[in-house]
Amino acid sequence: MTAPEPPPDPAAPGPAAAPILNLDRLSLHFGGLQALSDLELHVDDREIVSLIGPNGAGKTTVFNVITGVYEPSAGDVRFAGHSISGQAPHRIAGMGIARTFQSLRLFLNMSVMENVLAATYGRTHASPAESILRLPRARREEREARALAADVLSFFGQRLAGYRWDQPAYSLSYANRRRLEIARALGTKPRLLLLDEPAAGMNPTETHEITELISRLRDERNVSILVIEHDMHVVSGCSDRVIALDHGVKIAEGAFDAVASHPAVVEAYLGRDPEALTEPE
Amino acid sequence: MSLDSQPSAAGPQVGADEWVARQGRRREYLPGRLGTAQRQFERIGFWPRLAVVGLVGAVLPSLGLGGFQLQVGIDTLVIMLLALGLNIVVGWAGVLDLGYVAFFGFGAYGYALLSSAQIGSHGIHLPAELSVPIVMVAAAALGLLVGLPSRRLIGDYLAIVTLFFGEAFVEFTNNVAPGDFGGANGIVGLDTLHGFGVSITSNAGYYYLLVIVAVVVISVLRLLDTSRTGRAWRAVREDPLAAASMTIPVNRVKLMAFAFGAVVAALVGTIYAAQQISVFPTDFDTPILILIYAALVLGGVGSIAGAATGALVVMIIYDGLLRNATYSGYIFYGLIVLTLLIKLRPWRRLAAVLAATVALGFAAHAIARAISASAVAGAPQSTGWLGDALRDWVIVPASPQALGDWGYVVLVCLLIALVQVKHPWRTVLLVPALYLASVVWETALAAQPAVTRQIMLGAILIVTMVARPQGLLGTRRVETPI
Repeated sequence: MTAPEPPPDPAAPGPAAAPILNLDRLSLHFGGLQALSDLELHVDDREIVSLIGPNGAGKTTVFNVITGVYEPSAGDVRFAGHSISGQAPHRIAGMGIARTFQSLRLFLNMSVMENVLAATYGRTHASPAESILRLPRARREEREARALAADVLSFFGQRLAGYRWDQPAYSLSYANRRRLEIARALGTKPRLLLLDEPAAGMNPTETHEITELISRLRDERNVSILVIEHDMHVVSGCSDRVIALDHGVKIAEGAFDAVASHPAVVEAYLGRDPEALTEPE
Repeated sequence: MSLDSQPSAAGPQVGADEWVARQGRRREYLPGRLGTAQRQFERIGFWPRLAVVGLVGAVLPSLGLGGFQLQVGIDTLVIMLLALGLNIVVGWAGVLDLGYVAFFGFGAYGYALLSSAQIGSHGIHLPAELSVPIVMVAAAALGLLVGLPSRRLIGDYLAIVTLFFGEAFVEFTNNVAPGDFGGANGIVGLDTLHGFGVSITSNAGYYYLLVIVAVVVISVLRLLDTSRTGRAWRAVREDPLAAASMTIPVNRVKLMAFAFGAVVAALVGTIYAAQQISVFPTDFDTPILILIYAALVLGGVGSIAGAATGALVVMIIYDGLLRNATYSGYIFYGLIVLTLLIKLRPWRRLAAVLAATVALGFAAHAIARAISASAVAGAPQSTGWLGDALRDWVIVPASPQALGDWGYVVLVCLLIALVQVKHPWRTVLLVPALYLASVVWETALAAQPAVTRQIMLGAILIVTMVARPQGLLGTRRVETPI
């Protein structure tokens, strides 16, 4: 919460103490509907934070505000010390925040490789003319982009193995589409990765794999991660810290065990004890 | 899913998705030897193929094309280039632009003003190396301007706005400052295309120029398609929100597509104007737009080879063959027989329908002759062997117009009934419908190619889209859920 005195360069990896992402008294309302109110949230460098809460709690809305899809009604989003609220989504992505989508939004009619290559757009600068003439800069960037794409796809081992690279994304299975979404997000070379229900629709084996993958992402690719997840195996398996939301308000924060047994969290998920119920909500 | 979920031990797992991919690909090929040939053909790279096609296009005139064929070739190349340009906007960036033809008109009028006696006392007579680049740059700026609404509007809404722009261009050239823009009389007496010490004066010259321009444009588009720009266009088409989240500036990328499309259209417009030596507002109205879209959709939206092939097929049929009653007869009967062959099963039913139709024709003809000799005194519109074959089959009265008109009305009713009824009656009704279609064709439709070829183009599009929704050379796409 304490802002550092000199705003650090977003490219330089900040000291572990400074939060990479900081939501400062963030509020968002759509007309009369209060989606988020006075939300305080921070993610430290190389930290895995889980965001939990019942359906409609505002978890995905938090992602949409961070990535610039919505502009906050009040409050501020700070990334690596710089305010980013009000910036266009592609600029925010270019600064190093990448996300995946709860309802998969792959480029289905493009190949697996192209999905990742498309995400390198912001890191390449060759003009169309340079691309058409295949001038040195265009060739170098294309080579680097392909190397990066091959690298992030290899991160998933056999799952997105080489023979799949030229297949259209729609030919992938559901689980592999989720993996490709993560690979595509990695194609932007993010410092902060926002994962929206990465284990949704996966079977227990795949869920276990995703849990390990999230930890590996932090350890091997040096990204901080904010993850929305309903599957408590994933949440307990990978998070350093858990934040619970309900109706756009933070109701608990801390280690998994503490949050999971917090009365407000239990109430948000299961409802109040009917005998203790004094007035309807 | 269950197989896929196994932890990967060694070697690729056989997963459900792999199966889908394999089966999906298999269905893209024809069965048997044809499929093998298809695969071999696909192994040939893009560039050798383009070189071969370009060479074939270049040597065609020396095989002795007549003046008419050469003109059809020029028109085909013009529509081909326009379809390729439209493909950037519609096929790649996924923006429905219904005003595209206005950029073609802009290019033509731009050349007409810069290279004719129209403006001032002596006119501006710029050589091509100046006028064409000026027009292209101006078209790019106009493309950016027209593309601006795409920042806010998508789909149908943008289509309406761009359609308005297209119509506004026609109205503008028709009505604003007739002294400068020529009004409905257009601008005539343009300079022939001259520049770099060369002047193109013959249709053959324009044909060769268009072949070269087409090869260059296709090469440029291919290089763009496989670059970061092309990928960004397609990503925006697939999912704008995901594209923006992946560092792609969606609005700028869309505007770029508009600009590139406009530049291609304007380039073609300059050549077209110079070849025609004149420009008229009606040359750049919706009929051309429909032709461009027909070519692109028929060939395959999103595919370079598709846009080129679609233009080839549409223009050779529409512009070349359908002007002539006999040739359009071949296409008319060919389409019917082909559709029956593909769609009518089992074979017994197909044979029965064909036999019944033939028998019905001869019987009807005999009865009509018995009643009145003048009822069959006319000659069918088709000539040659087709006309001879049909002489004793279709009823063509001495004055065929009335039969043709009424027959057409009855035919439409019959076709409506045909799609409403179910199996046994559908087969029964099909026989008179087929015969009546032939009668109407020979008495009325074939005599009016200007109207008929529009209907035929529509019919060809429908048949192709039913058989192959992705177009001739397009790849099948899945819809992205929004």
